[in-house]
Amino acid sequence: MSTLEPPMGLIAEITHRCPLQCPYCSNPLELERAGSELDTATWRRVLDEAAALGVLQMHFTGGEPTARRDLPELVRHASSLQMYTNIITSGVLLDERAIAALVAAGIDHIQLSFQDTEAGNADRIAGLRGAHAKKLKAARLIKDAGLPLTMNFVVHRQNLENLPAMLALAEDMGASRTEIAHVQYYGWGLRNRDALLPSRAQLEAATVEVEAARERLKGRMVIDYVVPDYYARRPKACMGGWARRFINISPSGKAMPCHAAETLPGFTFPSVRETSLGEIWRDSPAFRRFRGTDWMPEPCRSCDRREIDWGGCRCQAFAITGDASRTDPACALSPDHALMEAVAEGRSSEPPAFLYRRIGGAGAADEPSIREALEPAQ
Amino acid sequence: MSERPDDSVIPAFAPGIKFRFDQVRNAWVVLAPERAFMPDEQAAEILKLVDGQRSLGTIIDDLARRFAAPREVIAGDVADMLRDLADKGAIRL
Repeated sequence: MSTLEPPMGLIAEITHRCPLQCPYCSNPLELERAGSELDTATWRRVLDEAAALGVLQMHFTGGEPTARRDLPELVRHASSLQMYTNIITSGVLLDERAIAALVAAGIDHIQLSFQDTEAGNADRIAGLRGAHAKKLKAARLIKDAGLPLTMNFVVHRQNLENLPAMLALAEDMGASRTEIAHVQYYGWGLRNRDALLPSRAQLEAATVEVEAARERLKGRMVIDYVVPDYYARRPKACMGGWARRFINISPSGKAMPCHAAETLPGFTFPSVRETSLGEIWRDSPAFRRFRGTDWMPEPCRSCDRREIDWGGCRCQAFAITGDASRTDPACALSPDHALMEAVAEGRSSEPPAFLYRRIGGAGAADEPSIREALEPAQ
Repeated sequence: MSERPDDSVIPAFAPGIKFRFDQVRNAWVVLAPERAFMPDEQAAEILKLVDGQRSLGTIIDDLARRFAAPREVIAGDVADMLRDLADKGAIRL
């Protein structure tokens, strides 16, 4: 294996608390509770270690990261260490004061998530009444503060017909960057796969639409496009390769190569409470397990794309085949590829009800309840 | 192929883009939302002159003088690189 490169980015899931209940949330089914969250001092130490290790970009996410009152302090600290600071937020807790505090702390960029362009459907997907209107307000506040805005639309079978309206909204709001991100099927998304997975025809129409918009908006707005793996011929380079570019830290301090890694059996993920980030990156067996190409089975091992896609996604290999060390079945060369195709073909004609994301909610499907939003961060 | 930008254009980093030296990698980096670019030495020399004040023409003159290369060659390289970064949202032309 070649020399170990430093990580590019640290994804800090500073809390799993969130006023929204999106059924495709990237958080694990077993959400961590507020009482187990790392305190401010520990996060500051982790940021110091990250900068020393070579982390260039800090992504503060959740849950809803603005639900933590110390977010501006953490941003300020990361910024003082010269790291690029990014917040990935639903925006529903952002008001003038919260934005002003983040600007004063040196925030570089805010990514705001949207569920749809139709308020009724957006609020239904988020499981929070009034959420969409708050997001539009947050987008304006971000722009008014002079910050670059990324609008993130998570797309699936229940909102994909509004893709042209999503792109138009992003243009109207003056977003410098838009993410059209198809749901990735892990955790909550996997639980809700039948309610979310688009048809091949829906996906192909969306791809044509995005490519046309990219050409039209070139130089004005960057559009990043993330596709679902179920109709793919080759897998995505998940996380840029296992433990190659990113470290993800859970609210309680578990360090993992990706946010879904906890779904894999037989792993013990080190905690930043006990182990330094440098030691975790270099020596943790969990990080070393699928790093590079030595672990690969055929057809990856002799494939000329092995250092392009790094074998795809370990969590998907496990979710579909039951074995995390197999080739990602999204790859048409995988002996398990037919399993993926069978899922896409077996998709129900009408989407079933959502299983909403909530603490202890992975048990059974039910209706959304409208909870009161958390207090703003400031 | 895009048209070459005029020499009077003043290139600048787009809002939210950071260009800095990274001690750990001993290299210059361009940091953008969810992206990072690693300019080689030549590209870093160009980007060091992008300050939102100097025009494209001034930048090309400076580089042509320091690297003793034909202005036309330098101009092509600079324009191509900045155009590419502009398409990726990192530079405003």
